Amino acid sequence: MNDMSKVEPPPLRFEAPPSTSLLAHAKHIVAENPVTGLAFGLFALILFAAIFGPLVVPYDPLASNTSSALKPPSAAHWFGTDQLGRDIFSRVVTATRLDFTIAVASVALVFLLGGLAGVAAGFFGGWVDTIVGRVADTIMAFPLFVLAMGIVAALGNSVTNIVIATAIINFPLYARVARAEANVRRGAGFVQAARLSGNSEWRLLLTQIVPNIMPIMAVQMSLTMGYAILNAAGLSFIGLGVRPPTPEWGIMVAEGASFIVSGEWWIAFFPGLALMTAVFCFNLLGDGVRDLVDPQRRN
Amino acid sequence: MTAKPLLDVKNLTVEFATRRGKVQAVKSIDIEVGKGETVAIVGESGSGKSVTSYAVVRILDRAGRVAEGSIGFSGIDLVGASEAQMRDLRGREISMIFQNPRAALNPIRKVGKQIEDVLLQHVQATRATAREKAIEALEKVRIARPQERYDAYPFELSGGMCQRVVIALALACQPQLLIADEPTTGLDVTTQKAVMDLIVELTRERGMSTILITHDLGLAAAYCDKVVVMEKGRVVETADAAEIFRNPQHAYTRRLMRATPRVGMALHDLLPETAAKVPAAPRPQVVANDKVAPLLLVENLVKEYPRPAAGSLLAKLTGRSEPEKPAFRAVDGIGFTVRRGETLGLVGESGCGKSTTSMMVNRLLDPTAGRIVFDGQDIGTIPARQFALTPLRRRIQMVFQDPTDSLNPRFTAERAILDPVLRMGTIRGRDALRARCEELATLVGLPVELIDRFPHQLSGGQKARVGIARAIALDPDLVILDEPTAALDVSVQAVVLNLLEELRQRLRMSYIFVSHDLNVVRLLCDRVIVMRGGRIVEEGTAEAVLGAPQDEYTKELLTAIPHPPL
Amino acid sequence: MLGLIIARLKTTIPSILGVIIVTFLLTRVLPGDTAAYFAGPAATPQAIAEIRGKLGLDQPLPVQFVSYVSALVKGDLGQSLTTGQPVTADLAQRLPASAELTLFGLLISMAIALPLGVLAAVRQGSWIDHLCRIVATAGVSLPVFFTGLLLVYVFYFILGWAPAPLGRLDVFFSEPPRVTGFLLVDSVIARDPETFRAALSQILLPALTLAIFSLAPITRMTRASMLAVLGADFVRTARASGLSSRTVIGTYAFRNAMLPVVTTLGMVFSFLLGANVLVEKVFAWPGVGSYAVEALIASDYAPIQGFVLTMAILYVALNLAIDILYGVIDPRVRLEG
Repeated sequence: MNDMSKVEPPPLRFEAPPSTSLLAHAKHIVAENPVTGLAFGLFALILFAAIFGPLVVPYDPLASNTSSALKPPSAAHWFGTDQLGRDIFSRVVTATRLDFTIAVASVALVFLLGGLAGVAAGFFGGWVDTIVGRVADTIMAFPLFVLAMGIVAALGNSVTNIVIATAIINFPLYARVARAEANVRRGAGFVQAARLSGNSEWRLLLTQIVPNIMPIMAVQMSLTMGYAILNAAGLSFIGLGVRPPTPEWGIMVAEGASFIVSGEWWIAFFPGLALMTAVFCFNLLGDGVRDLVDPQRRN
Repeated sequence: MTAKPLLDVKNLTVEFATRRGKVQAVKSIDIEVGKGETVAIVGESGSGKSVTSYAVVRILDRAGRVAEGSIGFSGIDLVGASEAQMRDLRGREISMIFQNPRAALNPIRKVGKQIEDVLLQHVQATRATAREKAIEALEKVRIARPQERYDAYPFELSGGMCQRVVIALALACQPQLLIADEPTTGLDVTTQKAVMDLIVELTRERGMSTILITHDLGLAAAYCDKVVVMEKGRVVETADAAEIFRNPQHAYTRRLMRATPRVGMALHDLLPETAAKVPAAPRPQVVANDKVAPLLLVENLVKEYPRPAAGSLLAKLTGRSEPEKPAFRAVDGIGFTVRRGETLGLVGESGCGKSTTSMMVNRLLDPTAGRIVFDGQDIGTIPARQFALTPLRRRIQMVFQDPTDSLNPRFTAERAILDPVLRMGTIRGRDALRARCEELATLVGLPVELIDRFPHQLSGGQKARVGIARAIALDPDLVILDEPTAALDVSVQAVVLNLLEELRQRLRMSYIFVSHDLNVVRLLCDRVIVMRGGRIVEEGTAEAVLGAPQDEYTKELLTAIPHPPL
Repeated sequence: MLGLIIARLKTTIPSILGVIIVTFLLTRVLPGDTAAYFAGPAATPQAIAEIRGKLGLDQPLPVQFVSYVSALVKGDLGQSLTTGQPVTADLAQRLPASAELTLFGLLISMAIALPLGVLAAVRQGSWIDHLCRIVATAGVSLPVFFTGLLLVYVFYFILGWAPAPLGRLDVFFSEPPRVTGFLLVDSVIARDPETFRAALSQILLPALTLAIFSLAPITRMTRASMLAVLGADFVRTARASGLSSRTVIGTYAFRNAMLPVVTTLGMVFSFLLGANVLVEKVFAWPGVGSYAVEALIASDYAPIQGFVLTMAILYVALNLAIDILYGVIDPRVRLEG
């Protein structure tokens, strides 16, 4: 009854609802916002590079050739060569798989742990809420990157530990978002109605609450993918996680850092650019994913 | 009108640019407000009544604009005026007050300072005199201890007091015209009366003109000189308040008037004259047969909420904390019965405990003490968490107040209606389920082609029907209706109330009807209970309690209802 | 007001406790012999045994924890193998460098982000709004170490405007007498404009890198918060009362919009303290971040542990300050909670 100065279009009364298949809806979203289409396209490219990259690169990413070291970008070497004569283009493309895998693994891990913990905390309250809250607060008491440094330093310098560290530092965020969403819906009318319809608490949680918070969680996951990649690259930049000569974007930027002051910009630039593009893509993807799964936009 | 009107709206059209193209919210309307006159603009949602007032004060949303027409105020053309001129007029010559008074005040600024801001802006006071004048303004709206209240923040004041502050803000610079946009919607009926009386008194005192925007025709006719009725952006009728009830001209006005519940009407009279004249079934005589056990028996029902203990942890550990305050009793030992086939009205203002009571009867909330006996079984002992899994669950159902909130936004109407059937019913198989859903939809008057829609694609009335269909899906014995029509337009309310009565008779259900709207309760209920502060203050048949109340509080409630001239 | 401060102080106790427990556990989960890690790769078995005794590694865990905490209380964070100094002394000496850099970066960031966000909200759809959105999206995607390197390449190598990224002060200058440890402040106190200019030119690029990094979340939050507030009922009332746009936007909207921004600052600090480490590596800044990185390379564990603990406690203190600031702005928190 609160009609502000905005006007809602009258609800469709007698027209049949238009086709709402997922593909048709996806096409509509992309048509409405071309930037989202760009994000989807970039994502496909990254996925391709991650899966097929190492098979299609022109040079062996590990093959060094000191005679052609430190060459600027040319027709032979699109991104130039580094101090050991390795082709940077091949290394950048090969590195996609590693960085992408790290991101996906950490996001999947934290989604399961943090999401479930948060939803349970928000919906049931009580001691579950207290425990999850305490764990999250303790993690949040640290500056997150510093904690990641500490965890990897303690557990050992490996890719697995980077994944674990990234998952741990993202836990509070996921738990918090999931908890807030579950909490808001806990008192909603339709939840009460579901109880009246004979749903047990767990069935209610899984069939009614979780599907309602999936859009938010999907957006969150997409955004965290970008952050996970940045985190892994940052850790590699300071020497944690991945060791040379493994190609990984962060390490490559670190290796190229010392050459910036002498003008050999391409060694650090291209891996950095790849990093940027991937993160940018995932951030835009977040918005696109939200539009895709929100039923209110299925019109 | 021989004198020139203060506000002269001619041929006004207001457009909004939306994603679906231009929408005309207001179409070629004419409204005149004379000096010292109180005019009501009445309409349901989508009528354009609020948009009109926003256009007058020129605070339309970015997407809105005046496409045609003129708005003359005391000779000034408001449509063509510059923003600086408008700013000058706003607050000083034309003031507005809105719904939801607490939200209308800056939460982190003292209320006195907010009044000062307006005074200083319009040069009605200097920095030296501002505080004094602000306190004066608070005095005029009958706020007790204005010097103290000056330093208060909005969250420290009650809803009624916030509305008074908002009125003080609006009247601080002695404007000529006050526009009140649904100022009492959401307030209790006694607070509503106090606020309306105050507004009318203050404006009459100063010879101000007032525009009251409301959906309540009764309120409009009770407090205003002239009534303007709007429908879908057009003015359909303008008449004096007395005339509009005695002799409504336009079909829409007549429908609106009929749909407004009043004393001396029957439920069926709410519907438009053209509605199918189904011979109103006489209310089945609910024989007060004390030998037959009632369907529902509630005895000494109590719900307590413990208050957070005072004192620090250390004090508690060392045993030095203050004695705990007594727990808060939302429901304080009430008892009542509901017989088969009966409709019981549960009436009271906000905070009286009626919602808590219905939640306990419903078994969504556990009582602290007392018995709830349903069909011979003490269901109060079954914890709320487990009740959903017992066979008794299907026999007690509920229709919720907010149709939007009570539907899962990711479920289609069909899925929502079938949820109880899937969980507790016996029908299985896609086709059988679909058939049952269509059956229920038809029963509640929901067009079958709409059941594949999501809630955001349905209107308020349609969503309400989905909620009702879901509640009756398994033929319950007892349905609790928690203000089921509070959020609906009055014409839709008329239809839904009739539907509820028809369903009750057809499916032989009993109802508990929770509401604050006494006129509606009178139409629907056999017996009525009045609650206040967690206790029952009066009970009896509907005619007795609402026609000849014994208790002071009940009398107060009844007199607070705005009485349109008959 | 005092009640608010005390109440907030009480909530930091569990945080600090949690931090101490976690840092303790982190050192005890090192794979292999903890004592060997702390003794260093070049230690003799005798030295390792000594460290084992000192850390109490053959004692049960709770006893170890107690000795850990009592050492902490005395200010003992162990010894650094690479510098040979107590870790506490190293950190104390290097902290002002990091603090100056972070604060300066934050200042630049807020000086740009706040006006940008407010203007973008007030003038929706204009070029400022679009600029704001680009800044917010791009800023989040840029890896902070990459930005730093890009800035060095452009402003040092190509344009020659900035000095070489070799630390806080060029070799030709000497540090002014230490009052605060902030070179910018100390050189002003010592009335030394030359040193001031030199220090400023060194700090500009790294601070700018940090600023670009933190620009995105602050801008985004300011814009979103301002938009939400501008659509609120009480702003509508203010407009309907004829208040001037300056009053509406400044007194009514902005102050209310700042509340979520202040809360965001907590998160921003978390990111900044982490980004600090990376920026210090790029610009060879002699702060605690590069101290930790060097320790990592040398497998020197006491400084790493000390670094993590110190940064965490610093962060808890910062959050406390932010909470109190929030309480100053929002009377609801002050009077109700």
